[in-house]
Amino acid sequence: MNTGIDVSRIERFGALYIAAARLKSMSKWKVIIAAVDIGNPLFYLIAVGIGIGVLVEKGSGTSGTSGIKYIAFIAPALLASSAIAAVMDETVFPTIEGFKWRKLFFAQNATPITGRQIALGVYLSALCRAISSVSIYYTLLIAFNVVEFGLSALLIPVAVLGGGAFGAIILYAAAKIEKDDQFFNILGRLVIMPMFLFSGTFFPLSSMPIYLQPIGWVSPLWHATELGREAAFDYGLSALMVGVHITYLSTLVILGITLAMSQFERRLAK
Amino acid sequence: MSKPLISVRGLTKKFDDFTAVDGINFDVAKGESFGLLGPNGAGKSTTMRILSATSTRTSGTVEILDKDPEKFGPLVRAHLGVVPQQDNLDGELTVSENLFIYGRYFGLSKKFINGKIEELLEFAQLEEKRDVKVEALSGGMKRRLTIARGLVSEPDILLLDEPTTGLDPQARHILWDRLFRLKEQGVTLVLTTHFMDEAEQLCDRLVVMDKGAIMAEGSPQGLIKEYSSKEVLEVRFGSDRNKQVAPQLAQMCERMETLPDRLLMYTEDGEKLLERIAAANLHPTTSLVRRSSLEDVFLRLTGRTLIE
Ligand SMILES: Nc1ncnc2c1ncn2[C@@H]1O[C@H](COP(=O)(O)OP(=O)(O)OP(=O)(O)O)[C@@H](O)[C@H]1O
Ligand SMILES: [Mg+2]
Repeated sequence: MNTGIDVSRIERFGALYIAAARLKSMSKWKVIIAAVDIGNPLFYLIAVGIGIGVLVEKGSGTSGTSGIKYIAFIAPALLASSAIAAVMDETVFPTIEGFKWRKLFFAQNATPITGRQIALGVYLSALCRAISSVSIYYTLLIAFNVVEFGLSALLIPVAVLGGGAFGAIILYAAAKIEKDDQFFNILGRLVIMPMFLFSGTFFPLSSMPIYLQPIGWVSPLWHATELGREAAFDYGLSALMVGVHITYLSTLVILGITLAMSQFERRLAK
Repeated sequence: MSKPLISVRGLTKKFDDFTAVDGINFDVAKGESFGLLGPNGAGKSTTMRILSATSTRTSGTVEILDKDPEKFGPLVRAHLGVVPQQDNLDGELTVSENLFIYGRYFGLSKKFINGKIEELLEFAQLEEKRDVKVEALSGGMKRRLTIARGLVSEPDILLLDEPTTGLDPQARHILWDRLFRLKEQGVTLVLTTHFMDEAEQLCDRLVVMDKGAIMAEGSPQGLIKEYSSKEVLEVRFGSDRNKQVAPQLAQMCERMETLPDRLLMYTEDGEKLLERIAAANLHPTTSLVRRSSLEDVFLRLTGRTLIE
């Protein structure tokens, strides 16, 4: 064995080696990632700011959105959605690829790196991507004068927490599925789309019929959006609800990553 | 004899209720070159994945460097170089990036890895491809890179699952030579193959596997001696006549195998046997005398040919 190999060090930092490798792979796509992360917010800000927002406010003023400009009202939700999208891109795809298409995880696991570290490393690198996406988005919100710089900077950690909560669960799901044929379809159309529509994104959750509201309650997007609104403007969330949202999202993170780590380990040991 | 580097007892691996490896035993000594020879589905790769301290076993014991790989996975893997049957390189990264990242997984310093990359590129004859994306390499080049990657950590034990599949004859011979040199440096080799010539060239000792079980164990020459005769006479009479003359021919030699297109007659002296066949007024359309090989051992043990 090479004398430079320090197994106890790898046991401590292995997940970071994996995350570094993932970031290196992402950097190969940096132009495309940057285009997506800048283009997507721009389209929304233009479409909503100039189009939909004007229409909504013509109809009902800002009475439906607690007296806040429509675009500012939906901004925290868009930010959290972009974190969710970023984390999804960097967990689902690499995971299916790692186990199945190119079997990169099996190569990584042939070194002192463990399955648990691979799971954690993929997750950490996805969070990095989310932080970068959300920071760009936030900068644009400031530039377009949608929110004021200040306490609203908390939108960044809040959105990342929302993305991380969803991402941890989806990382587990992606490691669990063996037949991926319909996974992307189901995920996109039956999970992401309804979540986006029914999480109080475009209108307050309370304005929906009560039987549709549970979709919001379980959705990380709703929790992150509520927290984000509290950070961005005077939304009037109670301290209790702030606690509930943070607890819910943190619980998903811990639950998801715990499940994902053991699922990675199990699947690699087959 | 000192304690074996790898010791396997009653190793069994089941996938649901299918038994892929069925209670096998073997030892590998330090510096030895040990082979698993067997047809498709014999359980070679399954065994190799367990030896690589990743896949878990259903029952039995395995000790690698005195440690149970299931309990000390990272520690055991730090000593191993693994070349899987299927290349699992990162196609988006370049040749040198692949080597670099893999070295980092062993926690090796950047300085060390960068030096090692030069050596490995030379080993794999990929110096000119250093900055080429792996996607753009030919199958044989990828194979060579996968083998080189397994060496980045200077392993004590190199596990090679069908190392030369997909290589052209020249590259195969070069690889044999390189593996031989590694062995001289004290690296223990465990490899699987379904090429008899490869097993004969590379292995000090091997086991013949079939359907998850070990059928025989020994050195290539020892196995041939034990399970086959010195020479083999291959005769063809045309597919219909083969069956007709078979009973008569079987009387004339130690043992005979009837294959779809030819008859294999085991004997100490092939030429003499051929003369006797002619004297009996049987005239094969073609005939060939050759030395016995591991293929014959396998046929004897399993009743089947190694490569269909
Ligand atoms: N993950 C798995 N799940 C279910 N069955 C498996 C799995 N891996 C291997 N098997 C089965 O176990 C048996 C042995 O497979 P293995 O890959 O070890 O054979 P092998 O000797 O390496 O064959 P080959 O020469 O084709 O590589 C086969 O019947 C295979 O279908
Ligand atoms: Mg195999």
